[in-house]
Amino acid sequence: MNLTEKILARHSGRRKVAPGEFIEASVDLILANDVTAPLAIAEFEKAGARKVFDPDRIVLVPDHFTPCKDIRSAEMVKKLREFSRRYGVRFYEIGRAGIEHALLPEEGLILPGELIIGADSHTCTYGALGAFSTGVGSTDVAAAMISGRVWLKVPEAMKLVYTGRRQPWVGGKDLILYTIGLIGVDGARYQTMELTGPAIDSLPMDDRFTMCNMVIEAGAKNGIILPDTITLSYLTEVAPQKKVTLDWPGCEADATWKKCLEIDVSLIEPQVAAPPLPSNSRSVREFAGQRIDQVVIGSCTNGRLSDLRRAAAIFRYGSVHPEVRAIIIPATQKIYQQAMAEGLMDIFLKAGCVISPPTCGPCLGGHMGVLGKNEVAIATTNRNFIGRMGDTSSQVYLANPEVAAASALKGRIAHPEEVLP
Amino acid sequence: MVLKGQAHKFGDDINTDYIISGKYKFKTLDMKELASHLMEDLDPQFSQKVRPGDILVAGKNFGCGSSREQAPLVIKSAGIPLVIARSFARIFFRNALNVGLFLLEADTESISGGDLLEVNLTTGIIRNLSRGSQTSAQPLPEFLVEIAREGGVVAYLRKYGQFKI
Repeated sequence: MNLTEKILARHSGRRKVAPGEFIEASVDLILANDVTAPLAIAEFEKAGARKVFDPDRIVLVPDHFTPCKDIRSAEMVKKLREFSRRYGVRFYEIGRAGIEHALLPEEGLILPGELIIGADSHTCTYGALGAFSTGVGSTDVAAAMISGRVWLKVPEAMKLVYTGRRQPWVGGKDLILYTIGLIGVDGARYQTMELTGPAIDSLPMDDRFTMCNMVIEAGAKNGIILPDTITLSYLTEVAPQKKVTLDWPGCEADATWKKCLEIDVSLIEPQVAAPPLPSNSRSVREFAGQRIDQVVIGSCTNGRLSDLRRAAAIFRYGSVHPEVRAIIIPATQKIYQQAMAEGLMDIFLKAGCVISPPTCGPCLGGHMGVLGKNEVAIATTNRNFIGRMGDTSSQVYLANPEVAAASALKGRIAHPEEVLP
Repeated sequence: MVLKGQAHKFGDDINTDYIISGKYKFKTLDMKELASHLMEDLDPQFSQKVRPGDILVAGKNFGCGSSREQAPLVIKSAGIPLVIARSFARIFFRNALNVGLFLLEADTESISGGDLLEVNLTTGIIRNLSRGSQTSAQPLPEFLVEIAREGGVVAYLRKYGQFKI
């Protein structure tokens, strides 16, 4: 069995599971946000449920339209707040929270080997810590809040082996954009993507989150990375009270893969994905000159501290182009504080960026930077579908934080090396 | 269980933003209101063309993108009981069945918009009455059909207490 199968077997009380099998599994953590929780709560109430299976294992994070952008969103978040008061489930109020997929690991709520479901497609992020983690719907969440169980189909597995040394300006975002470009937006549909190889072994934790975050853009059920010393040192920091060891069996020698793919990362340049699909990824050089109106640096994909550090390392060389607005969104309150303490916020403000409170905001065209007709953005977010960030005629290019920052300075899509002195 | 309806055809990789744009999903929990925006970004007139019982037909990877359950709910609220696609994105797949929208995976190339279809959900046989042709789909596992038939997973669990897998 591979890592995902082992976790699924353990959670369904079976010694062995095989791809294609349907199982009923117990869940360790259930997540929903201000968009998906209201529906889950409505279903929960419709079912006549009187209590949740375990309040400690249910987390509600209002992050999509918060701080509430209008009366309707305020009413939606109120449902989460009231539900958490009534049933004692975890609720993260703004000011003590942030974007769910950055927040939960930071809070030490995710451990290797766990099974996590969330009513948000980017729940797959937590595979970076060696958990089985996948996005589900609101009704799944309602059913799991009541029963602590979920039905799952054991996914087939794709093994990706990343070799070689990363070029300068290349991070997890570029590796995953390149991979999605290679296999397509449904290249891993229903499958698990196990990310392995020497280039993953040396990849920092934040970059691993970025990679697992975007496996859904290739249609994957989950992405997963075998826990190692990098995982362990991260967990020691965020969850010091929990005893995590590395006595991982790993993948058995007889693990079977539907597909094995080797990717030499030394050949990958910083990537940009053109609208309207994340799979339209090519070297940033092929897009040099594309004019832009807006830059967004943030999101559950690239709003972590190291992402902000990377952006700041570019913004210190200049000011945002006069015809461009640049929006920086630290993913959590803690990341915001750390960035302040390191002086990153000063660099952003001096360069002419606007700093948003933690929110998903513009990534899904919600608020805090929505695009008008025919406007073009380059963003460190995860989706560039038609109308994703605003008007249906607007466009979104996806990139890493350095490319986004360099583009902000140049007023067009630019390679980071163009702005170095 | 046999369904009969007119096909509305869409292409590959129809994502949940196209099914119901993110800008509406927060507006309301009223699915009837949301249904008036179904597929709006691809075809602004679409919601007016749909009659109850019509069938959505698409290419590969239908429902990719976000996990929002509004997507299958809005389709169901528009009176569409079934989506046939070459393949589905996985979250959409489970959401649809969990809320009681039927799905079938089949080769949809020979089906055009406007064709009258007769679909047997138990056998997976899809008869194209307009063209006199026939395709077959992989029928769904029994427990999933049952979840959809009960109107969704919550009603199912209420009735059975656990998954009958």
